[in-house]
Amino acid sequence: MMNLNLPKPNKENFTTFVSLGSLLIVVSFLDVLVNTFLGYNFTGFLPERLSFFAPLFFGTIGLHLIRIEYSGNQFLDKINTNFNSNNFNAFLSLIVIFTLIKYVPPLLNWFIFDADFLGNQKEDCTSGGACWVFVKVWFNRFVYGMYPDVEQWRINTSFLMLFLLVGASFFVSPKYKKYLLLFLLFIYPIIGLKLISGGDFGLEYVETGAWGGLSLTFIVSAFALILCFPIGMFLALGRRSNLPAIRYSSIGFIELWRGVPLITVLFMSAVMFPMFLPDGTYVDKLIRVLIAITLFEAAYMAEVIRGGLQALPKGQYEAAKSLGMGYWRMHFLIILPQALKLVIPGIANTFLALVKDTPLIFVVGLLELAGMVNLAKTNPKWLGMAMEGYVFAGLVFWVICYAMSRYSQNLEKKLSTESR
Amino acid sequence: MNFKNFKFDLSNKNKDLIPQVLTILFIVLVIIYFTINAQNNMGNRGISFGFGFLSQESSFDITFSLIDYDGSHSYARAFLVGLLNTILVSAIGIFFATILGVTIGIARLSQNYLIAKTAEWYVEIFRNIPLILQIFFWYFAALRALPLTVDSINFYDISFLNVKGWYVPKFIWTNFSLFLYSVIFSFILIFFVSKYAKKQRDEFGKQIPTLYISLAILFVLPLLTFLLGGVSLSFQIPELNQLSKTVYVYKGGVSIIPELISLALALSMYTATFIAENVRAGILGVNKGQKEAAASIGLTKAQILKLVVMPQALRIIIPPTTNQYLNLTKNSSLAAAIAYPDIVLVFAGTALMQTGRAIEIISITMLTYLSLSLSISVFMNWYNKKMAIKEK
Repeated sequence: MMNLNLPKPNKENFTTFVSLGSLLIVVSFLDVLVNTFLGYNFTGFLPERLSFFAPLFFGTIGLHLIRIEYSGNQFLDKINTNFNSNNFNAFLSLIVIFTLIKYVPPLLNWFIFDADFLGNQKEDCTSGGACWVFVKVWFNRFVYGMYPDVEQWRINTSFLMLFLLVGASFFVSPKYKKYLLLFLLFIYPIIGLKLISGGDFGLEYVETGAWGGLSLTFIVSAFALILCFPIGMFLALGRRSNLPAIRYSSIGFIELWRGVPLITVLFMSAVMFPMFLPDGTYVDKLIRVLIAITLFEAAYMAEVIRGGLQALPKGQYEAAKSLGMGYWRMHFLIILPQALKLVIPGIANTFLALVKDTPLIFVVGLLELAGMVNLAKTNPKWLGMAMEGYVFAGLVFWVICYAMSRYSQNLEKKLSTESR
Repeated sequence: MNFKNFKFDLSNKNKDLIPQVLTILFIVLVIIYFTINAQNNMGNRGISFGFGFLSQESSFDITFSLIDYDGSHSYARAFLVGLLNTILVSAIGIFFATILGVTIGIARLSQNYLIAKTAEWYVEIFRNIPLILQIFFWYFAALRALPLTVDSINFYDISFLNVKGWYVPKFIWTNFSLFLYSVIFSFILIFFVSKYAKKQRDEFGKQIPTLYISLAILFVLPLLTFLLGGVSLSFQIPELNQLSKTVYVYKGGVSIIPELISLALALSMYTATFIAENVRAGILGVNKGQKEAAASIGLTKAQILKLVVMPQALRIIIPPTTNQYLNLTKNSSLAAAIAYPDIVLVFAGTALMQTGRAIEIISITMLTYLSLSLSISVFMNWYNKKMAIKEK
C-alpha cells in the first residue's frame, strides 16, 4: 500500500493530476453511493473480491494523484494535510467515509425515519423501524418504577426542590451559600427521603420495593455520594496516619473493598448481611444496598483523596504545625481544603463510576432504569422490544455520563490553569 | 518544670495510644457482635459453620464448562468450573481490550482528522454507557437478532454463527504434548537468542535481526515435530444435523455460547476505551524533544514510535492499565446478569441457593476475587519494575 509505483504528482501538471485524481475519486464515491442507495453494482463485471475493493482502490489512487505539496489551492492543501497525508492515511480515510455512507443511513432510518411514534400498543408499530411507542407507553415506569401514579408528584417535588436549591446556590452571596450547602447536605436528604417514602404527615407510605426507574438511579447515587464522602475522607486520613493500628486497619478496609467486584458486595448485602444481625431484625432492601454501595465507593473515594493529600507539599504540613495546630485543626483548616480542591476531577470520576454502577442493584431486586427495561421487555404484550429499550436506556445514561465527564474535564482544565 | 515535662510526655503517649486502642476495640467488638449473631442465626436454621459441604455432590448442571463436569461432581468442582470460566472470559477480554485499546489510543493521535475523530467518538460513546447495559444490549438485543440454526451465517464453510452461538472447528491433536514442549523450548531458545543479541549490540554494536531469527525458531521447531515427531493435527468441522422436521443442531467442533461472546465483546469494548485513554496519555507524556531528537538522527516515523516513544510511553501506560485489567476481571462478575456460568453465578448463585451457606460461600467468592486481583497486581508490579528506567 505504501509503495504504489505511481508517478509522483507535481505542481507543473497541476490540472492533469487534479482532474484525473478527482475523476477517480468521484468514480469511487459514485460506486459506493449507487451501490448503497440504488442497489446496483456497476463494477459487478469484476470478480467478487475485486468489485468489493474497487472503490477503495480507485479512491486511493485518486487521492494519491491529488496529493500535490504546496499546490497553492487552499482547499486542496487542507484535504491533503487532514485526510490525505500519505497513501495509508488516504486508504483509512476512504474506509471510514465508505463505512459511514454504508451504515449510517440504515441506522438513521431505523432510529428516526422508519420509526413509529404514534399509537399505544405494539400493533401500531408497522413500518419496520424502531418502535418508540414502547418507550412512550413505558416512559412513566422507566422514570418512576412501580411508584403509584397518583403519588408521583412527591418524587417530582423533591427533585424540583433539589434543582432549585442547587441552582440557588450558584446565585446567592457567599455568606448564605455556606448555609445553603449545609442545608443541602444534611437537611435536604432527610426531607427528600421522607417526602418520597411517606408514612407521616398524611402522606401514604410507599415501600422501597416500588421505587425504581431513573429516579431510583438518582436517589441511590446521590445518597451514596453524600455518605461515602466523609467515610472516604477519614479512611484516607487513616491510611496516612502514623499510628500503625489505624493505618493497617484503613489499608485492610480499602484494599478489601477495592479487590472485590461490586456485584459480590451486593450479594453480600442481600444474603450474608442479614445473617450478621440479631434474629428478626429486618433492614430495608434499599438501605442495605445503600450501605453496601457507600462502603464500596468510600474505598475508591479514599484513594482519590489520598492522591490529593500526597500531592500537597510537605511545607503545608510543617507550616500548620509550626503555628501550633493539632492534628484535626491542621487537616480541616489547612490540608483538606487544598487537597480536596486538587482532586475534584477525581471525585467527579468516582461519582461517574458510581452512576454507571447503579444498575447493578437489580441483584437484590431493585429495578432502576436498566432493570425496568429488562422487566418491560419480558412483558408478553411487548416481546421483542429489547433493542428499543436498551437503546433508550443507553441514550439516557450516555447523556447523563457524557455531561458529567465533560463538566469534570472542564473543571480539570480550569483548575490546572489556575494552579499554574 | 520537671513535672510539666513528664505530663507532656504522658499525654503525647496517650494521644498515640488511645485512638489505636479504640479502633482495635471497635473492630473486635463488631466482629464479636457479628459472630454471635451469625452463630445464633445458623443455630436457629440448624446449620453449622464449616466447609464440609464443598465435597458434597452438587447435583446441578452447568451450561458451559472447560473441564469435565456434571451434577455428580462436588461443589468444589463446581467452584473450579466457575473460576475457570471467569478466568477464561477475563483473559479473552484482556487480550482484545489491549489490542483494541492500543489501536484506538494511537488512532486518537493520528494526523488524519477522520481517524482521530472516529476514535474519539468511540471512546466517548462506549465509556459513558454503563457496562451492564452494554452486556444486556449485546446479549438480549444484538445477538438475539442473529439467524436461526438452519440459516446460520457461514464463514468459508468451517465456522458458523447463529442465535445459539458460534461454532468453530475443533483441533484434534495427536502427540500434543510433544508439540507443546517444542513450543516451550523455542520460547526458551528465543529468550537466549535475544539476550545474546542484546549483548552483541551493547558490546560490539552489531545488529542481529532478532525478530526474524525468533520467528524462524518458532516456526521451524514445531514444524519439525510435525515432520519427524509424529505430531499431527486435524480439524473437526461442525456439521449441521437435522433432529426432527424443524429442529437443527450443529454437532462436532467447539461451540462458543452467546453469553461468552456478548460478555467478552462488552468487556473488551468498554475497557478498551480506558486503555485507549491511558495509551494516549502515555504517548503524549513522552517529551517532544525525544521525538525531535530521534527524527534528527534520521529514524523513520515507525522507528521513532517503536524504538523511542513506545519504550518511554509504556512506563506511563502500564500502571493505570494494570488497574484496567483488574477492573475487567472484577467486571466479568456481571456475567451473572446474563447467566454466563462464572464464579458468581455458579457459586454465589446456584450453590448458595442449594446449600444456604451464605457466609462460607460469599467469603470464598470474595477471597477468590481478592487473590485474583492481588496476583494480577503482583505480576504487573514485577513487569512495571522491569520496564522502569534503569539508571546506570
